[in-house]
Amino acid sequence: MSQTNMNETNMSGIRVIKDKCTGCEICTGVCPAAAISMIDNTAQIDPDRCTLCMSCVSACPSEAIEVVRQTIVKDDLSSYSGVWVFAECEENKLSSITFELLGKARKLAEDLNTHCAAVLLGYNVKNLTDSLIKRGADIVYLVDHPALLHYTSETYANTISDLVKRFKPEIFLAGATTLGRSLVSRIAVSVRTGLTADCTGLDIDKDKKILVQTRPAFGGNIMARIVCTSYRPQMSTVRHKVMPEAAIDENHQGKIVEVDFDEKFIDPRVKFLDFIKEQISTVNLSEANIIVSGGRGLKSAENFRIIEELAEALGAAVGSSRACVDAGWIPYSHQVGQTGRTVNPKIYIACGISGQIQHLVGMQSSKTIIAINSDPDAPIFKVADYGIVGDLFTVIPLLTKKIKQLRNK
Amino acid sequence: MRVAVCIKQVPNTTEVKIDPKTKTLVREGVESIINPYDMYAIEEAIRLKEKYGCQTYVITMGPSQAESALREAISMGIDSAVLVSDRAFAGSDTWATSLILAKTLEYLGGFDLVICGKQASDGDTAQVGPGIAAHLKLPSATYVSHLKEVELSENKKIIVNRLLEDGVETLEVKLPAIITVVKEINEPRTPSLKGKMRAKSAEIQVVTNKQLQLPDTDVGLSGSPTSVVEIFTPPHKVGGKIFHGEPEIVVDQLLNEIKDLL
Ligand SMILES: Cc1cc2nc3c(=O)[nH]c(=O)nc-3n(C[C@H](O)[C@H](O)[C@H](O)COP(=O)(O)OP(=O)(O)OC[C@H]3O[C@@H](n4cnc5c(N)ncnc54)[C@H](O)[C@@H]3O)c2cc1C
Ligand SMILES: Nc1ncnc2c1ncn2[C@@H]1O[C@H](COP(=O)(O)O)[C@@H](O)[C@H]1O
Repeated sequence: MSQTNMNETNMSGIRVIKDKCTGCEICTGVCPAAAISMIDNTAQIDPDRCTLCMSCVSACPSEAIEVVRQTIVKDDLSSYSGVWVFAECEENKLSSITFELLGKARKLAEDLNTHCAAVLLGYNVKNLTDSLIKRGADIVYLVDHPALLHYTSETYANTISDLVKRFKPEIFLAGATTLGRSLVSRIAVSVRTGLTADCTGLDIDKDKKILVQTRPAFGGNIMARIVCTSYRPQMSTVRHKVMPEAAIDENHQGKIVEVDFDEKFIDPRVKFLDFIKEQISTVNLSEANIIVSGGRGLKSAENFRIIEELAEALGAAVGSSRACVDAGWIPYSHQVGQTGRTVNPKIYIACGISGQIQHLVGMQSSKTIIAINSDPDAPIFKVADYGIVGDLFTVIPLLTKKIKQLRNK
Repeated sequence: MRVAVCIKQVPNTTEVKIDPKTKTLVREGVESIINPYDMYAIEEAIRLKEKYGCQTYVITMGPSQAESALREAISMGIDSAVLVSDRAFAGSDTWATSLILAKTLEYLGGFDLVICGKQASDGDTAQVGPGIAAHLKLPSATYVSHLKEVELSENKKIIVNRLLEDGVETLEVKLPAIITVVKEINEPRTPSLKGKMRAKSAEIQVVTNKQLQLPDTDVGLSGSPTSVVEIFTPPHKVGGKIFHGEPEIVVDQLLNEIKDLL
């Protein structure tokens, strides 16, 4: 059997460097495809099982596994410049993610010595350009047309793909929102470039002048750094609340480039019918600075009152584990986790939540995590910055009382 | 009407553990499952079949062991299964994966409706569904929580609800189209005994690049615009302060730590 998985025709693939392999077997444990076995104390990769996921390459302590990749550069990459941000807005109001993106885009543009631009689509949205410029956009590309009143992926993607082809940005960022993710995955395919989803870190490699994108995978159990070296623009969607918003600079100047909308970009196959906004009585979870979440430890729907009282005292939103949603104690819109919402508040207080991985993936990037649980071995304590081991029925009311006292001072 | 479901086999994340010594993800012995969101896609296809008599296909791109995921889909009630597998496809990112799946759908004669899960639980990108749509230049609806209407007369179309952050959008989409579905859309069934029997002996069609004829520069590592340069375990929070003891005391201890944050 051959020791390599080189694809003969294009010379890309994975290879074990025999001399460097120490036979430590770490790679066999990390391979999700069970493609690595040890033969004569040396790792051997089964080319028919290997998916080239790179796990073993990163895990190998002796750098004995290498991936050879043929790169194809079809385009003149130096003709691309500028860092673009997709300006997401709703009902004539820019979303906070747009300001977060602009804050990052400014920084990246400085590092690359280039300009920062925002792309704004909609109908009667010209009034928003001013705010984009004050938040750091040097250029605002504005496409204003009745056909853009309601977002549809197809029409928006066609319009923006055309702008990208004409104005050639080097980097293109959008929010990792339902809208952003649906939109830019179409754009990346039609302009034939790479797209990295749900990034939590973006930096410029100053030597190579490329964007290094960091993102969680496997529900946050591992992080990956991803680059797009041979295609432009380098595109990313960025997770909510991980980047600070761009500050307002009243003196910042920028220009508006109004681009005529071409009706051939309208996709008549998709028709927006209506949108029903959810009536949220409390603070919106994804926007909240503080979230107090309750789990099965609460034991009944009525006991959510304890959580609500603490949330009220803190001006926080109320979250929940899936167990409580399944039990019918609280509506699904409050669920945090893999099948619920991903949240990144400044403070997340988990009360009576064990901290199963599906819950953790939705909240572990919160800045400060506080756990209250009677079981000292509950996994939630492993991600907690602060914790109280104790009975939530005594601890939380006490906490609420003391916070009220603090606030009243 | 022809309906295809794209599914991915993923490691069961509930079982994923970190090796405390090497700080790497231990995946040995971790069971492979169908991506949880794809179960809803499979269920929706079977419901369409029961209601309108559609022909249903399940498609996965992956190594040969992904066959077990296809058999599971058949045991639930899907008619035919296709495994897209070729060494040249290994290392494909979402751009290349969606191209390969798009070409496979064409190769199989085209479909009126393609259903994907909202996202895969390993990569969490949510890019492959809309990516397939873009390659095929088809309309798409993501985050679908309800297939409200299916119209199969000469003017084929669907009306769907989409679950967004702050509400529900209703879209009308002409077929052929691609949708990606969320958990709210249905409750996946468990396979029947008869289904399991059928799955055991069902024939699985294998599609390789011999049939698709995609150039090397569009698939696998060399066709993928993005590349992973490093994988690492996030720095684990160490030294979290955990307080034990009298409620009055521990609450004060906690407040003392966090009062500046509030
Ligand atoms: C495909 C899939 C998707 C999922 N998606 C999600 C998701 O999005 N979000 C999610 O949350 N879960 C999700 N889950 C479920 C997840 O695996 C757990 O079942 C769930 O998170 C458990 O909720 P819990 O922590 O509230 O309950 P439990 O695990 O039962 O924990 C209750 C905790 O309360 C503590 N407790 C009990 N009494 C007290 C007391 N008096 N004082 C203090 N502490 C007390 C206990 O020690 C325990 O740690 C998913 C599962 C699957 C299979
Ligand atoms: N290798 C694959 N084979 C078939 N379908 C896939 C594959 N990868 C992703 N998909 C489909 O695309 C959806 C989104 O996956 P992702 O973009 O990887 O998060 C999944 O829920 C599947 O429906």
